[in-house]
Amino acid sequence: MKTPDLTVQLGPLKLANPVMVASGTFGYGAEYADLIDVRRLGAIVVKGIRLNLWEGNRTPRMVEVPGGLINAIGLQGPGVDGFVESYMPFLRTTGVPVIVNIWGTSVAEYGEVAARFDDVPGVAALEINVSCPNVKEGGASFGADPQRMAEVVAAVRRSTRLPLLTKLAPNVPDIRIFARAAEEAGSDILSISNTIPAMVIDIETRRPVLANRVGGLSGSSIHPVAVKLVWEAAQVAHIPIVGMGGIMRPSDAIEFLIAGAAAVAVGTANFIDPTTPLRVIDGIADYLCRHDFPRLADLTGSVKI
Amino acid sequence: MQLEDARIILHQPAAGGYRRIVFEASEIADQTRPGQFVHLRVPTLPDTALRRPFSICLASEGTIHILYKEVGIGTAALAALPEGTTVSLIGPLGNGFPVPAADALPLLVGGGYGVAPLLFLATSLKRPGILFVGGRTAADILLTDEFTALGWEVQIATEDGSRGTTGLVTTALDTWLDQHGQQPAEWFACGPDGLLRAVGDRAIAHNCRAWLSLDKHMGCGIGACLACVQRLQRPDGSQYLGRVCRDGPIFEAREIVWEEA
Repeated sequence: MKTPDLTVQLGPLKLANPVMVASGTFGYGAEYADLIDVRRLGAIVVKGIRLNLWEGNRTPRMVEVPGGLINAIGLQGPGVDGFVESYMPFLRTTGVPVIVNIWGTSVAEYGEVAARFDDVPGVAALEINVSCPNVKEGGASFGADPQRMAEVVAAVRRSTRLPLLTKLAPNVPDIRIFARAAEEAGSDILSISNTIPAMVIDIETRRPVLANRVGGLSGSSIHPVAVKLVWEAAQVAHIPIVGMGGIMRPSDAIEFLIAGAAAVAVGTANFIDPTTPLRVIDGIADYLCRHDFPRLADLTGSVKI
Repeated sequence: MQLEDARIILHQPAAGGYRRIVFEASEIADQTRPGQFVHLRVPTLPDTALRRPFSICLASEGTIHILYKEVGIGTAALAALPEGTTVSLIGPLGNGFPVPAADALPLLVGGGYGVAPLLFLATSLKRPGILFVGGRTAADILLTDEFTALGWEVQIATEDGSRGTTGLVTTALDTWLDQHGQQPAEWFACGPDGLLRAVGDRAIAHNCRAWLSLDKHMGCGIGACLACVQRLQRPDGSQYLGRVCRDGPIFEAREIVWEEA
């Protein structure tokens, strides 16, 4: 059988293959350049950027747990200017679509950040972060209420011509309401999902292990949760979904595709085995061959219910 | 920095309950400088377990050596790996120690297995200096014979007095400084934060440079996740968060802004 077609059209965004790296797990791309051929990635989603430099939370910021880790980095980042100056030159050389994850502490800031990226060469799309559990203002506080979330998405939509992904929170009663709200507010693509709020206590000191007390759980343990969210959202969404949460191996990614995702993002696994996204690309191609799918799109949403 | 599958060619107990592993890792070994580390994936841990960072205590002829003690599930699983096992390493990571000024006496201060990267540094220096090494008990005092064989003076302090001076390593250091503190020296230290801070303060008071190797809980080891940040300051006094894994682990004492306890 000939090589399957791995290209994917995510609304207005075309990717050479469906495997991205998730925001916050791949730095700004350059960190991994010595370890893997980053040019093979479907897209690079960079760490969350707000308008100005942001220091994030105190340390300890990360703790390992069975089936993954909990992080409370708190969206440390260089701000729009720092990012464009320090990191875009390398990212442009990769030729890979760059998706900038953006956040703010107000609806207006989200819009302003989006507007600033509108004419930055090399930026392919924006991912609206309304689901980070680790910042007090902004992040998940917008993603917990469909109307507030829609206001953010609409403000960003008005501020940019770039394709928009909206990264939905996992800890909501009904993901379908949020999927529809994001779509109606102008999102082109859905990213499902983010880390799940979590906590670890040191029983000897009786203090939380993380300085921020709570953080976001990622890794294998959240994979089945995210598969269910993707499957539910796919039943109501008319826009493509990027599935993410605990992809450690190709089969985890293929599950997302079958559940209804058009593409996937590898996150926590990048910390442990940086070759994971490349192995996932090869594994998907192999799976399509073995199951006689000539095109990736035929696999998306093919779950038999 | 690169990924390399490295074979364990020697894995044996060392003094005081510590263990030594020698890896066949020709590509990493060729690039390694003293003070750098490897990020090691323990193959028998669940696949979601993070890598573990280990200081390199020697790199020569295509091999690298690490020294460790069982302190948790990661090192316990590591201790059970037989010789011949292949392990994924990322390395060499971090900035490494700078070369000291030619006229400066190298003063090394290590706490417990903090002496591991200092031994590698000592082997690379043109002139021998003095090692101050401290630990809780005699069992925590490692590698001193290796320093002595290189012609180094070794001063030992243990908290329980079971070997050398009784007290913290800084007590031994202070005694030496009272007598010899005027001569030009360049300091290098590896150990817990309290030790590093005490060493840094003394170096600044004696107008010497002190290169301190920080140990901070890491995620990715390559500067992407931002778990292991440390507050630092520039010469103009402005502050920022540096990544211990990528921008460090070695910083000059004047760069570090210690968190208030």
